[in-house]
Amino acid sequence: MRDGLADQVFQLSRRSVVRTARQPANVVGPLVFPLLLLAVNSGGLRAETHLPGFPTRSFFAFALAVPFIQGALFSTMNAGTDLARDIQTGFLNRLSLTPMRPVAVLAGQLGGIVILGLIQAVVYLSVGFAVGVHFASGAAGVVVLLAFSFLVTLGFGALGAFTALRTGSGEAVQGMFPLFFVFLFISSMNIPRNLIGVTWFRDAATINPVSYLIECVRSLVIAGWDGEALALGFSVAAVIVVVSVTLSARALRTRMGR
Amino acid sequence: MRLLSVAQGVAWRMLHNVFTNRSLLLPGLLFPLFFFTAFAGGLSNIAHTPGFDFPEGYTAFQFAFVVLQSAVFGGVFTGFGIARDFESGFGRRLLLAAPHHTGIVLGYAIASLCRWAVTVALLTVVAFAVGMKVGGDGVDLFGLYGLAVVMNAAAVLWAAGVALRLRTMQAGPVIQLPVFLVLFFAPVYVPLPLLKGWIHGVATVNPVTRVLETGRSFIAGTPTETGAAFATAAALAVAFLLWALRGLRSAENAG
Repeated sequence: MRDGLADQVFQLSRRSVVRTARQPANVVGPLVFPLLLLAVNSGGLRAETHLPGFPTRSFFAFALAVPFIQGALFSTMNAGTDLARDIQTGFLNRLSLTPMRPVAVLAGQLGGIVILGLIQAVVYLSVGFAVGVHFASGAAGVVVLLAFSFLVTLGFGALGAFTALRTGSGEAVQGMFPLFFVFLFISSMNIPRNLIGVTWFRDAATINPVSYLIECVRSLVIAGWDGEALALGFSVAAVIVVVSVTLSARALRTRMGR
Repeated sequence: MRLLSVAQGVAWRMLHNVFTNRSLLLPGLLFPLFFFTAFAGGLSNIAHTPGFDFPEGYTAFQFAFVVLQSAVFGGVFTGFGIARDFESGFGRRLLLAAPHHTGIVLGYAIASLCRWAVTVALLTVVAFAVGMKVGGDGVDLFGLYGLAVVMNAAAVLWAAGVALRLRTMQAGPVIQLPVFLVLFFAPVYVPLPLLKGWIHGVATVNPVTRVLETGRSFIAGTPTETGAAFATAAALAVAFLLWALRGLRSAENAG
């Protein structure tokens, strides 16, 4: 019989995955919505590829980076909403009466979200390949992309968990969605930063960390091995992971101590 | 008379709820502004692509879309309110108390229109503040608002039909997703002739395309195919009126 931290994390991860899988809206939404937006934008914005300096002739390849980040943002909602429900229903209180270690609660919750995030990433990749996108960084780039998706999903998942633990409200977690939407749209998601014509928008996209996450994925798809884009993307993702995991661990200690 | 008094009561309650609750008011106000900023600001260089011909500039080009989008989403957000009313049991009590049930749908539609009027006023002020240019003498701009009013009615009636049938907040995606798709399968970012491939085919048969292209022609001061655009919008409104009234019967039958 397995016991200890690993078993606790396994059990809670499995619960997180099963619970999400039993709510079709939570599975279908994060999978389908980013793909729909990809379809709409890649059709509507194809004319952009005629702009001088546009980095590729295929807008689909250019836009393929967006679902990876958008899907991770959805995982924030899922992680946060599920955890908030655990708080609201008293599940977390009952858990705190057991020998379950707080770190297992967080790791289990995030483990489930990361697994689902990786499944999403594989689906987006498959759609890209099915449509004929040539992956400039090759097979190794696909592995790096999956590692990056892991990191980004973990970071955003922990952010959702932090919000849930601080507020204990699913509505508060859902209320973050418009904020994430703003971060996504005020970025280089639809056009390279150097081609943004309006100065203030270009500046906002430049200081927006989401731009660097998107550009990291995009570089693997259309440019090959761009050290600067990869370094910036992985650095931003790592900072988000460290900050959000630290904050959510603290919030969990406070919550379970009550 | 009973129809109007019921409609007035429902509309007043809905507007009171929306304008006294920030979490209901702000999304409807801020989302169109946000889309306007993201599209007109971020994508302005699209105006430099070969074949893009809209002398008033990309801000005006996107303003027409965002006005129509705000009108349609004003109806969608009101639909969420209807679903919430029926999920909480208020809708059921309303059906018992109201002497004329059609007035309930009319009331929600009036509320949707008033709510959108505030949004579009703010949107217009912001658009002119950032230097949007309007062609002609500017009077044609009211043609765009007229089209948007009809689209607002069509959207709220669609949303009401779904909400009255499902009577739960889980109706949200069912209301929103088709609307999102129909709007974005129109020529949102570039004129129709610049769309290529499958999206061109979809946009050509999409009724919103006709409305959007005429809306843009109003801003340019050279209205084109106004009759076809108003007829399309009116046909949508009439079709969804029947859809909403059948939804009302469904809610009545559910007790």
